[in-house]
Amino acid sequence: MIIDLDRFIERERPMWDELEYVLDRLELPSGRKRLDLAQAKRLHYLYERAAAGLARIQTFSSDPEVREHLESLVARAYALIHSTGRERKRRFNPFEWFVGTFPRTFRRHWRAFALSSAILAAGAVFGAAAVWFDPDSRHVLMPWGHADMRPSERVAQEEAGAGAGKEMKTAFSTMLMTNNIKVSILAMTLGATWAVGTMVLLFHNGAILGAVMLDYIRDGQSEFLAAWLLPHGSVEIPAILIAGQAGLVLGAALIGRGDRKPLKVRLREILPSLVTLIFGVAVLLVWAGILEAFLSQYHAPVVPYSLKIAFGSVQLVLLAAFLALSGRRGARRKELAA
Amino acid sequence: MSGQRVNRLIIQTPEGCRFALLLAGPVTRFLAWLVDLLLVIGMTILAVMLVSMLAVVSPNLALAVFFLLTFAIWFGYGIVLEWFWRGRTVGKRMLGLRVMDERGLRLTFPQVAIRNLLRIADMLPMLYLVGGIVCLLTRRCQRLGDLAAGTVVVRTPRLPRPDLAKVLGDKYNSFRAHPHLEARLRQRVGPEEARVALLALIRRDTLEAQARVELFAGIADHFRGVLAFPTEATEGLSDEQYVRNVVDTLFRPQRKG
Repeated sequence: MIIDLDRFIERERPMWDELEYVLDRLELPSGRKRLDLAQAKRLHYLYERAAAGLARIQTFSSDPEVREHLESLVARAYALIHSTGRERKRRFNPFEWFVGTFPRTFRRHWRAFALSSAILAAGAVFGAAAVWFDPDSRHVLMPWGHADMRPSERVAQEEAGAGAGKEMKTAFSTMLMTNNIKVSILAMTLGATWAVGTMVLLFHNGAILGAVMLDYIRDGQSEFLAAWLLPHGSVEIPAILIAGQAGLVLGAALIGRGDRKPLKVRLREILPSLVTLIFGVAVLLVWAGILEAFLSQYHAPVVPYSLKIAFGSVQLVLLAAFLALSGRRGARRKELAA
Repeated sequence: MSGQRVNRLIIQTPEGCRFALLLAGPVTRFLAWLVDLLLVIGMTILAVMLVSMLAVVSPNLALAVFFLLTFAIWFGYGIVLEWFWRGRTVGKRMLGLRVMDERGLRLTFPQVAIRNLLRIADMLPMLYLVGGIVCLLTRRCQRLGDLAAGTVVVRTPRLPRPDLAKVLGDKYNSFRAHPHLEARLRQRVGPEEARVALLALIRRDTLEAQARVELFAGIADHFRGVLAFPTEATEGLSDEQYVRNVVDTLFRPQRKG
């Protein structure tokens, strides 16, 4: 119990002012200087002293300003001291993140990726079967006016260089790219529906893909299809699958089967993974967009099909190798350091 | 998920100290979002103007730049501002709001990114219907993005201090003759009780006559139970004057300067 509030405040005020000064300095974006041991000890002492002062003054009705000031000081110091600064210790390195953290995160959740691929594949089989057994369903399944034209007619048109919007190619690819990123974010976000939404989205995209593919193959245009899809699809489809993977990871954390941790802890644990996966997807989709602008839209007389197919296949292998192998050494180094 | 709704987030530190943060309600958050929306639309219009200049050179490139810019503006606005301004956007600043970690710790980048990316789900099917409903159902008014990221939006209001001189008037306080009893009263009365008395005084003119008498009788009885002043200090005091004396004792600035 404080007998003489005035004297108490008079005595403690220098400590509070010192704490405020230290906090102001440490909270500056540029001011993340490291404290030496003596300074850190002093900060902790000041914080505990302020907390103790707050605990005692809280029962007092007078001087609401002092109490509020002290509360805000304690809140700030609490956030500073109790936040783990592990991630902030090193500066964020985008390259290290992309070649290290991203593939490592991908591998850590490989089961979700396998499930995501299986759902897309199931959708593709469904779409292909639907078009095979019921040709009328192509009007439901196929996007962007694909259903209005036979694939062979379309190929002839494309090869003649008469496709729609030739002079707006870059704009078209950019629109596709931003749209794909939005769909990817949605696929991850729909994980909040216990991943049901993510699964529906993946299945639907698979169905479209399967229907279009079967349509072209049945019309004898497999080569054109492969040359058209492979260069950008070999990046785009894995990217959508990874976005689906992120959605499934989120859904799994919400359901939490076989995990005794509370929901909040489970979510907190997967948060960095989600962000890494979705930003990785964005990088892949930007690359796919560039390819689409400069390669996919050009057809046979300009760029030979064999070249496009070879390029796409090599790229697919490289991407798989990247996701499977990149950043392994970094992981081992981290283990050693830990 | 639900349970009792709370309007403050109480954080208990390991040192056994508690502090409270005021949570923001759906309406203030919606207003802040409106401000941000206007800004984003403004930036989009700026982008259109920029792009239309570029279109003179190459319509194809201009359209591509336009798609990129709008995408960056709509998705980047919240993430960039909340990260660099520690949980505040322009709209949140204007309304005195701030995004915080629900444990009172610092925001991390993944939290900022996820709560802004999940906006897509919260905006479904239109006008934040999902987010609004979830916000009403959760105790701390969190939308889906907040739940996933473990964040809350708090209010840091700057309330004008009540003008004590006006409430108390320049009247003589008979308690002042007994400083030791005044000191004991200050010790025994908790912040909530003091606040009730102060608010009653501030609002006294809006009360009906009968209600006013009953209210001050109740409050004065309470304070009489807390501490008994000698009769010469309380003689001839009405209940309301008694409460005014108490408030004067509690809130009167005791230090010079």
